[in-house]
Amino acid sequence: MSKIIVFVEQNAGNVSRASLEALGAANSLGGEVVAVVFGDGSTSVALNAARTIALEGTQYSPDAIAADITAIANEEGAGAVFCASTGVGRDLAPRIAALMDCPCFSDCTAVAANGDSIAFTRPTLAGKLIANVKSSGKAVATLRRNCFQEVEGESAAVTTRPASTDFKALLTEITAKTGGTLDVSEAPIIVSGGRGMKDPANFKLLEDLAAAFGNAAVGASRAVVDAGWRPHGEQVGQTGKTVAPQLYFAIGISGAIQHIAGMKTSKVIVAINKDPEAAIFKLADYGIVGDAMEIVPALTEAVKGALAGA
Amino acid sequence: MNIVACIKRVPATETQPKIASDGKGMDHSRVEYMLSFYDEIALEEAIRTKEAAGGEVTALTLGPAEATKEIRDCLARGADKGTLLTDPEWHARDTRTTARALAAQVTALGAEIVFCGRQATDRDNAAVGPMMATYLGWACVTDVIELSIDGTKGHAKRESERGIESYTFDLPAVITCQKGLNEPRYAGLKGIMAAKKKPIEEIAPELVQNMTEVLGVELPPARPAGRIIGQGTDAIPALLEALRTEAKVL
Repeated sequence: MSKIIVFVEQNAGNVSRASLEALGAANSLGGEVVAVVFGDGSTSVALNAARTIALEGTQYSPDAIAADITAIANEEGAGAVFCASTGVGRDLAPRIAALMDCPCFSDCTAVAANGDSIAFTRPTLAGKLIANVKSSGKAVATLRRNCFQEVEGESAAVTTRPASTDFKALLTEITAKTGGTLDVSEAPIIVSGGRGMKDPANFKLLEDLAAAFGNAAVGASRAVVDAGWRPHGEQVGQTGKTVAPQLYFAIGISGAIQHIAGMKTSKVIVAINKDPEAAIFKLADYGIVGDAMEIVPALTEAVKGALAGA
Repeated sequence: MNIVACIKRVPATETQPKIASDGKGMDHSRVEYMLSFYDEIALEEAIRTKEAAGGEVTALTLGPAEATKEIRDCLARGADKGTLLTDPEWHARDTRTTARALAAQVTALGAEIVFCGRQATDRDNAAVGPMMATYLGWACVTDVIELSIDGTKGHAKRESERGIESYTFDLPAVITCQKGLNEPRYAGLKGIMAAKKKPIEEIAPELVQNMTEVLGVELPPARPAGRIIGQGTDAIPALLEALRTEAKVL
């Protein structure tokens, strides 16, 4: 197996879990793995890599970082570059692929050795069709969250090199998202609401349930996002985000195919809907038939009690 | 300004795909097609850019001869002309082949700014836009939710796990468009009539060979059947018990 370069993201000094999973995926293939970080090379956890190369710079430009990663991949003779399938990784990977003049496989859910190359499994049509693909040459891939094991490493030797300052697009500012809550693409628990919530104000009930869990995000169906009830960043489904949390609550969501495509790989799905014939019950592991306005507040109290007693 | 909107003909989002007999792709017979969702946003931003700065909007796609339907849709909404890179094997082209063909045509058209959807809703790669920009040597901001162009300077915002990121760049540039950037307009009757007279150029593109080999495609595994725990608030204790002891997620 050829050498693999993994770009490891850090947010506010902390290594992103998604990147640790990407490292896990690369290591599972058996070849040498080299981590690349943007920063001084200090990382909040030891990376599971043979070596770490730190790109030292103060200004972030996706085109410049992509050029640096490509230069490292070429110098190392790497056959593949992996990034996490995050907003940052999905922005960088195609640029690296073009510089390496090879295909980019986005949002992969599995990797496997295939002769000397790598077979990538990736959902298409928002998960309605799963493709297994490989490249006839080099490959760049982004790897989906919650699909790969993160493995702790021992402290890897760090070498530094200056990041390129040949910028085309330059990051000038990062401001916190409004609300400051967990993003649906990261949260281990998602509490999603649809038309059945009847009124945008009733989403307060879902926010309360999410808060009771402590590590949950509020999601939404396309119908309520299009109606302006919720921000588009919360939309789960084919024209929103594809999610795979440990636990997904679909509340007042009938189960349109576009929505199901975005959440059907969740580990456990709970549906609450007043219509016992709703399509969502065919998908859900557990269902409760009834009025969400009554059930959700009671569920919130029960969750608080259960977690306090745990 | 010379503006290009890259668009794609994709299976309608309601499509429940079937696997083709060779097991290497989707069965394309009896499939309804539409303009990819995010490309509507890209086209809208292209038209707004023209309305602010003047110029011309070309709707560009790599697709089958039938993709003139999606180009006409763009012309009806306000694009001035269309370019179709005619390719009967369009659905089998990989990100690299497509990006290189589009980049070459963008150069031929003399474009100064290119808008793409953040991803096509069939392959979901979100790769062709930034790959094309890289082949062109242009600036690129992806998943854009806010954009302003002032002469040859651009400012764009995008959302990532880090927060709302602001970028500055110089034209020429490729912008990939995320939901929230604008509200796409519909084609009116006047636009539909006008579109019939607008030119569509059909070109047989020179394509590099695919590097991607499809090993196979499959339908996702069905979820095991679940169960209705009960009715109303009375079912809550049983639900929590199941989540704790059976599903082990609490």
